[in-house]
Amino acid sequence: MTALGAHRAPLQRESATMTTAEDVEILLVEDNPNDVELTLRALQKQNLASKVFVVKDGAEALDFIFAAGAFANRKVEHLPKVILLDLKLPKVDGIEVLRRIKSDDRTKHTPVVMLTSSQEERDVLNTYNLGVNSYIVKPVDFSHFVHAVSELGVYWGILNKVPY
Amino acid sequence: MTEPEAVDILLVEDNPNDAELTQRALKKTSLAARVEIARDGAEALEYLFSRRPKPRVIFLDLKLPKIDGVEVLRRVRNDDNTRSIPVVVLTSSQEERDITECYKLGVNSYVVKPVEFDKFYKAVSDLATYWLILNKSPL
Repeated sequence: MTALGAHRAPLQRESATMTTAEDVEILLVEDNPNDVELTLRALQKQNLASKVFVVKDGAEALDFIFAAGAFANRKVEHLPKVILLDLKLPKVDGIEVLRRIKSDDRTKHTPVVMLTSSQEERDVLNTYNLGVNSYIVKPVDFSHFVHAVSELGVYWGILNKVPY
Repeated sequence: MTEPEAVDILLVEDNPNDAELTQRALKKTSLAARVEIARDGAEALEYLFSRRPKPRVIFLDLKLPKIDGVEVLRRVRNDDNTRSIPVVVLTSSQEERDITECYKLGVNSYVVKPVEFDKFYKAVSDLATYWLILNKSPL
Protein backbone atom coordinates (compact mmCIF):
# COMPACT_ATOMS: atom_id res chain seq x y z
CA MET A 1 0.00 0.00 0.00
CA THR A 2 1.54 3.32 -1.03
CA ALA A 3 0.21 6.82 -0.63
CA LEU A 4 0.68 7.32 -4.30
CA GLY A 5 -2.47 8.65 -5.88
CA ALA A 6 -4.32 8.51 -2.59
CA HIS A 7 -5.49 12.10 -3.00
CA ARG A 8 -7.17 11.06 -6.23
CA ALA A 9 -9.16 8.35 -4.55
CA PRO A 10 -12.49 10.21 -4.56
CA LEU A 11 -12.36 10.46 -8.34
CA GLN A 12 -11.36 6.86 -8.81
CA ARG A 13 -13.67 5.06 -6.51
CA GLU A 14 -14.15 1.71 -8.13
CA SER A 15 -15.95 -1.49 -7.50
CA ALA A 16 -12.91 -2.78 -5.62
CA THR A 17 -13.72 -0.43 -2.74
CA MET A 18 -16.07 -2.88 -1.10
CA THR A 19 -16.35 -0.98 2.15
CA THR A 20 -18.60 1.67 0.66
CA ALA A 21 -20.97 -0.68 -1.13
CA GLU A 22 -23.52 -0.47 1.69
CA ASP A 23 -24.16 3.26 1.96
CA VAL A 24 -24.21 4.04 -1.72
CA GLU A 25 -26.65 6.76 -2.73
CA ILE A 26 -25.87 6.99 -6.42
CA LEU A 27 -25.00 3.95 -8.51
CA LEU A 28 -23.29 4.94 -11.74
CA VAL A 29 -23.31 2.33 -14.50
CA GLU A 30 -20.88 3.60 -17.12
CA ASP A 31 -18.20 1.89 -19.19
CA ASN A 32 -16.55 4.99 -20.64
CA PRO A 33 -13.75 6.06 -18.25
CA ASN A 34 -13.87 9.67 -19.43
CA ASP A 35 -17.57 9.93 -18.72
CA VAL A 36 -17.03 8.30 -15.31
CA GLU A 37 -14.36 10.83 -14.43
CA LEU A 38 -16.45 13.77 -15.63
CA THR A 39 -19.55 12.55 -13.83
CA LEU A 40 -17.67 12.11 -10.56
CA ARG A 41 -16.16 15.55 -10.88
CA ALA A 42 -19.56 17.12 -11.42
CA LEU A 43 -21.03 15.26 -8.44
CA GLN A 44 -18.09 16.24 -6.30
CA LYS A 45 -19.00 19.88 -6.87
CA GLN A 46 -22.31 19.14 -5.18
CA ASN A 47 -20.63 17.15 -2.40
CA LEU A 48 -22.30 14.02 -3.67
CA ALA A 49 -19.24 12.17 -4.94
CA SER A 50 -18.51 10.29 -1.73
CA LYS A 51 -21.84 8.47 -2.06
CA VAL A 52 -21.23 7.27 -5.59
CA PHE A 53 -20.34 3.75 -6.58
CA VAL A 54 -19.22 2.98 -10.12
CA VAL A 55 -19.75 -0.24 -12.02
CA LYS A 56 -18.49 -0.67 -15.54
CA ASP A 57 -20.85 -3.02 -17.30
CA GLY A 58 -24.39 -4.36 -17.10
CA ALA A 59 -23.40 -7.65 -15.48
CA GLU A 60 -21.57 -5.89 -12.68
CA ALA A 61 -24.54 -3.56 -12.25
CA LEU A 62 -26.91 -6.51 -11.82
CA ASP A 63 -24.49 -8.16 -9.37
CA PHE A 64 -24.39 -4.98 -7.33
CA ILE A 65 -28.15 -4.36 -7.39
CA PHE A 66 -29.13 -7.95 -6.65
CA ALA A 67 -26.24 -8.61 -4.27
CA ALA A 68 -24.64 -11.41 -6.26
CA GLY A 69 -21.13 -12.38 -7.30
CA ALA A 70 -18.53 -9.94 -5.95
CA PHE A 71 -21.34 -8.16 -4.09
CA ALA A 72 -22.84 -11.21 -2.42
CA ASN A 73 -22.36 -9.69 1.02
CA ARG A 74 -24.39 -6.59 0.18
CA LYS A 75 -28.06 -6.47 1.05
CA VAL A 76 -30.54 -5.91 -1.78
CA GLU A 77 -32.64 -3.75 0.58
CA HIS A 78 -29.87 -1.18 0.77
CA LEU A 79 -31.07 0.59 -2.32
CA PRO A 80 -29.39 3.64 -3.78
CA LYS A 81 -31.41 6.86 -4.17
CA VAL A 82 -30.85 6.71 -7.89
CA ILE A 83 -29.23 4.57 -10.54
CA LEU A 84 -27.60 6.42 -13.44
CA LEU A 85 -27.61 3.99 -16.30
CA ASP A 86 -25.89 4.12 -19.67
CA LEU A 87 -27.61 2.31 -22.55
CA LYS A 88 -24.74 0.83 -24.48
CA LEU A 89 -22.84 -1.34 -22.04
CA PRO A 90 -20.61 -4.40 -22.28
CA LYS A 91 -21.95 -7.85 -21.33
CA VAL A 92 -25.53 -6.85 -20.45
CA ASP A 93 -26.98 -3.70 -22.04
CA GLY A 94 -28.78 -0.90 -20.25
CA ILE A 95 -32.25 -1.87 -21.48
CA GLU A 96 -31.87 -5.33 -19.97
CA VAL A 97 -30.55 -3.93 -16.68
CA LEU A 98 -33.55 -1.58 -16.57
CA ARG A 99 -35.95 -4.43 -17.33
CA ARG A 100 -34.53 -6.52 -14.50
CA ILE A 101 -34.67 -3.66 -11.98
CA LYS A 102 -38.24 -2.70 -12.86
CA SER A 103 -39.58 -6.25 -12.87
CA ASP A 104 -38.34 -7.21 -9.41
CA ASP A 105 -40.51 -6.18 -6.46
CA ARG A 106 -37.44 -5.54 -4.32
CA THR A 107 -35.93 -2.99 -6.69
CA LYS A 108 -38.71 -1.64 -8.94
CA HIS A 109 -39.22 1.52 -6.86
CA THR A 110 -35.63 2.66 -7.19
CA PRO A 111 -35.40 5.64 -9.54
CA VAL A 112 -33.47 4.85 -12.71
CA VAL A 113 -32.23 7.65 -14.94
CA MET A 114 -30.88 6.80 -18.37
CA LEU A 115 -27.77 8.84 -19.08
CA THR A 116 -26.88 8.10 -22.64
CA SER A 117 -25.68 9.55 -25.91
CA SER A 118 -28.60 7.99 -27.78
CA GLN A 119 -31.27 10.43 -28.91
CA GLU A 120 -33.19 7.76 -30.75
CA GLU A 121 -36.90 8.04 -30.21
CA ARG A 122 -37.09 4.24 -30.08
CA ASP A 123 -34.71 4.09 -27.12
CA VAL A 124 -36.61 6.88 -25.37
CA LEU A 125 -39.97 5.19 -25.81
CA ASN A 126 -38.66 1.71 -24.97
CA THR A 127 -37.15 2.83 -21.70
CA TYR A 128 -40.24 4.81 -20.65
CA ASN A 129 -42.38 1.79 -21.40
CA LEU A 130 -40.12 -0.26 -19.14
CA GLY A 131 -40.65 2.29 -16.39
CA VAL A 132 -37.56 4.47 -16.50
CA ASN A 133 -37.94 7.51 -14.27
CA SER A 134 -36.07 9.92 -16.48
CA TYR A 135 -34.09 9.97 -19.72
CA ILE A 136 -31.18 12.30 -20.21
CA VAL A 137 -29.13 12.73 -23.34
CA LYS A 138 -25.49 13.34 -22.47
CA PRO A 139 -24.55 16.79 -23.65
CA VAL A 140 -21.59 16.60 -26.04
CA ASP A 141 -20.05 19.81 -24.80
CA PHE A 142 -17.79 19.36 -21.74
CA SER A 143 -19.17 22.15 -19.58
CA HIS A 144 -22.77 21.31 -20.49
CA PHE A 145 -22.13 17.72 -19.47
CA VAL A 146 -20.77 18.76 -16.07
CA HIS A 147 -23.69 21.14 -15.57
CA ALA A 148 -26.26 18.50 -16.51
CA VAL A 149 -24.79 15.90 -14.16
CA SER A 150 -24.59 18.32 -11.29
CA GLU A 151 -28.26 19.29 -11.78
CA LEU A 152 -29.34 15.72 -11.98
CA GLY A 153 -27.32 14.84 -8.90
CA VAL A 154 -29.09 17.52 -6.92
CA TYR A 155 -32.48 16.53 -8.29
CA TRP A 156 -32.28 12.82 -7.47
CA GLY A 157 -29.90 13.10 -4.54
CA ILE A 158 -31.76 15.85 -2.71
CA LEU A 159 -35.09 17.00 -4.20
CA ASN A 160 -36.66 13.65 -5.05
CA LYS A 161 -38.07 11.49 -2.28
CA VAL A 162 -37.80 7.71 -2.39
CA PRO A 163 -40.06 5.30 -0.49
CA TYR A 164 -37.28 3.80 1.63
CA MET B 1 -58.26 25.74 -38.37
CA THR B 2 -55.68 26.73 -35.83
CA GLU B 3 -53.19 24.19 -34.52
CA PRO B 4 -53.80 23.36 -30.86
CA GLU B 5 -51.04 24.98 -28.86
CA ALA B 6 -48.40 22.72 -27.36
CA VAL B 7 -48.35 22.37 -23.58
CA ASP B 8 -45.21 21.88 -21.51
CA ILE B 9 -46.64 21.40 -18.04
CA LEU B 10 -50.02 20.24 -16.86
CA LEU B 11 -50.23 21.54 -13.32
CA VAL B 12 -52.86 19.74 -11.26
CA GLU B 13 -53.36 21.86 -8.16
CA ASP B 14 -56.49 22.88 -6.26
CA ASN B 15 -54.88 25.33 -3.86
CA PRO B 16 -55.06 28.74 -5.56
CA ASN B 17 -52.10 30.07 -3.59
CA ASP B 18 -49.88 27.17 -4.60
CA ALA B 19 -51.03 27.42 -8.21
CA GLU B 20 -50.31 31.13 -8.26
CA LEU B 21 -46.91 30.71 -6.62
CA THR B 22 -45.99 27.91 -8.99
CA GLN B 23 -46.94 29.98 -12.01
CA ARG B 24 -45.00 32.95 -10.73
CA ALA B 25 -41.93 30.81 -10.11
CA LEU B 26 -42.23 29.39 -13.61
CA LYS B 27 -42.49 32.84 -15.17
CA LYS B 28 -39.31 33.88 -13.41
CA THR B 29 -37.33 31.17 -15.14
CA SER B 30 -36.20 31.72 -18.70
CA LEU B 31 -38.06 28.60 -19.79
CA ALA B 32 -41.17 30.30 -21.18
CA ALA B 33 -43.06 27.20 -20.11
CA ARG B 34 -46.58 26.81 -21.47
CA VAL B 35 -48.67 25.78 -18.50
CA GLU B 36 -52.18 24.37 -18.36
CA ILE B 37 -53.84 24.26 -14.95
CA ALA B 38 -56.37 21.70 -13.77
CA ARG B 39 -58.09 22.49 -10.46
CA ASP B 40 -59.09 18.97 -9.55
CA GLY B 41 -58.52 15.36 -10.59
CA ALA B 42 -61.57 15.23 -12.84
CA GLU B 43 -60.41 18.29 -14.77
CA ALA B 44 -56.95 16.75 -15.12
CA LEU B 45 -58.33 13.52 -16.57
CA GLU B 46 -60.70 15.40 -18.82
CA TYR B 47 -57.77 17.33 -20.21
CA LEU B 48 -55.52 14.28 -20.61
CA PHE B 49 -58.11 12.11 -22.27
CA SER B 50 -59.34 14.77 -24.64
CA ARG B 51 -57.76 15.31 -28.02
CA ARG B 52 -55.74 18.21 -26.69
CA PRO B 53 -51.94 18.18 -26.91
CA LYS B 54 -50.21 16.00 -24.36
CA PRO B 55 -48.04 17.83 -21.86
CA ARG B 56 -44.34 17.06 -21.63
CA VAL B 57 -44.69 16.60 -17.88
CA ILE B 58 -47.48 16.50 -15.29
CA PHE B 59 -47.02 18.10 -11.87
CA LEU B 60 -49.61 16.38 -9.74
CA ASP B 61 -50.88 17.26 -6.28
CA LEU B 62 -52.18 14.34 -4.22
CA LYS B 63 -55.07 15.77 -2.22
CA LEU B 64 -57.50 16.95 -4.84
CA PRO B 65 -61.26 17.46 -5.01
CA LYS B 66 -63.45 14.99 -6.94
CA ILE B 67 -60.71 12.56 -7.99
CA ASP B 68 -57.52 12.39 -5.96
CA GLY B 69 -53.98 12.43 -7.29
CA VAL B 70 -53.31 8.74 -6.74
CA GLU B 71 -56.34 7.85 -8.88
CA VAL B 72 -55.25 10.30 -11.59
CA LEU B 73 -51.82 8.66 -11.62
CA ARG B 74 -53.38 5.21 -11.83
CA ARG B 75 -55.55 6.16 -14.81
CA VAL B 76 -52.67 7.87 -16.60
CA ARG B 77 -50.52 4.76 -16.23
CA ASN B 78 -53.31 2.42 -17.30
CA ASP B 79 -53.94 4.04 -20.67
CA ASP B 80 -51.64 3.50 -23.63
CA ASN B 81 -52.09 7.09 -24.78
CA THR B 82 -50.86 8.60 -21.54
CA ARG B 83 -48.75 5.82 -19.99
CA SER B 84 -45.36 7.26 -20.85
CA ILE B 85 -45.97 10.91 -19.88
CA PRO B 86 -43.62 11.79 -17.00
CA VAL B 87 -45.57 12.40 -13.80
CA VAL B 88 -44.05 14.22 -10.85
CA VAL B 89 -46.08 14.21 -7.66
CA LEU B 90 -45.73 17.58 -5.96
CA THR B 91 -47.41 17.44 -2.59
CA SER B 92 -47.20 18.44 1.04
CA SER B 93 -47.58 14.82 2.13
CA GLN B 94 -44.47 13.18 3.50
CA GLU B 95 -46.37 10.06 4.46
CA GLU B 96 -44.54 6.85 3.72
CA ARG B 97 -47.80 5.29 2.55
CA ASP B 98 -48.36 7.96 -0.11
CA ILE B 99 -44.79 7.77 -1.33
CA THR B 100 -44.85 4.00 -1.62
CA GLU B 101 -48.25 3.98 -3.31
CA CYS B 102 -47.12 6.50 -5.94
CA TYR B 103 -43.96 4.56 -6.75
CA LYS B 104 -45.99 1.39 -6.95
CA LEU B 105 -48.17 3.05 -9.56
CA GLY B 106 -45.14 4.15 -11.53
CA VAL B 107 -44.63 7.79 -10.64
CA ASN B 108 -41.46 9.24 -12.18
CA SER B 109 -40.59 11.38 -9.21
CA TYR B 110 -42.01 12.44 -5.84
CA VAL B 111 -41.24 15.88 -4.47
CA VAL B 112 -42.41 17.27 -1.15
CA LYS B 113 -43.47 20.94 -1.38
CA PRO B 114 -41.16 22.99 0.77
CA VAL B 115 -43.16 24.97 3.34
CA GLU B 116 -40.94 28.02 3.19
CA PHE B 117 -41.78 30.47 0.40
CA ASP B 118 -38.24 30.87 -0.99
CA LYS B 119 -37.60 27.15 -1.00
CA PHE B 120 -40.89 26.44 -2.69
CA TYR B 121 -39.99 28.94 -5.40
CA LYS B 122 -36.59 27.36 -5.87
CA ALA B 123 -38.00 23.85 -5.97
CA VAL B 124 -40.52 24.74 -8.68
CA SER B 125 -37.83 26.35 -10.76
CA ASP B 126 -35.49 23.34 -10.30
CA LEU B 127 -38.33 20.98 -11.18
CA ALA B 128 -39.25 22.82 -14.35
CA THR B 129 -35.65 23.12 -15.45
CA TYR B 130 -35.07 19.44 -14.86
CA TRP B 131 -38.18 18.16 -16.66
CA LEU B 132 -38.28 20.67 -19.51
CA ILE B 133 -34.59 21.14 -20.29
CA LEU B 134 -32.67 18.15 -19.01
CA ASN B 135 -35.17 15.33 -19.33
CA LYS B 136 -36.27 13.96 -22.68
CA SER B 137 -39.94 13.04 -22.79
CA PRO B 138 -41.15 10.35 -25.17
CA LEU B 139 -43.17 12.40 -27.63
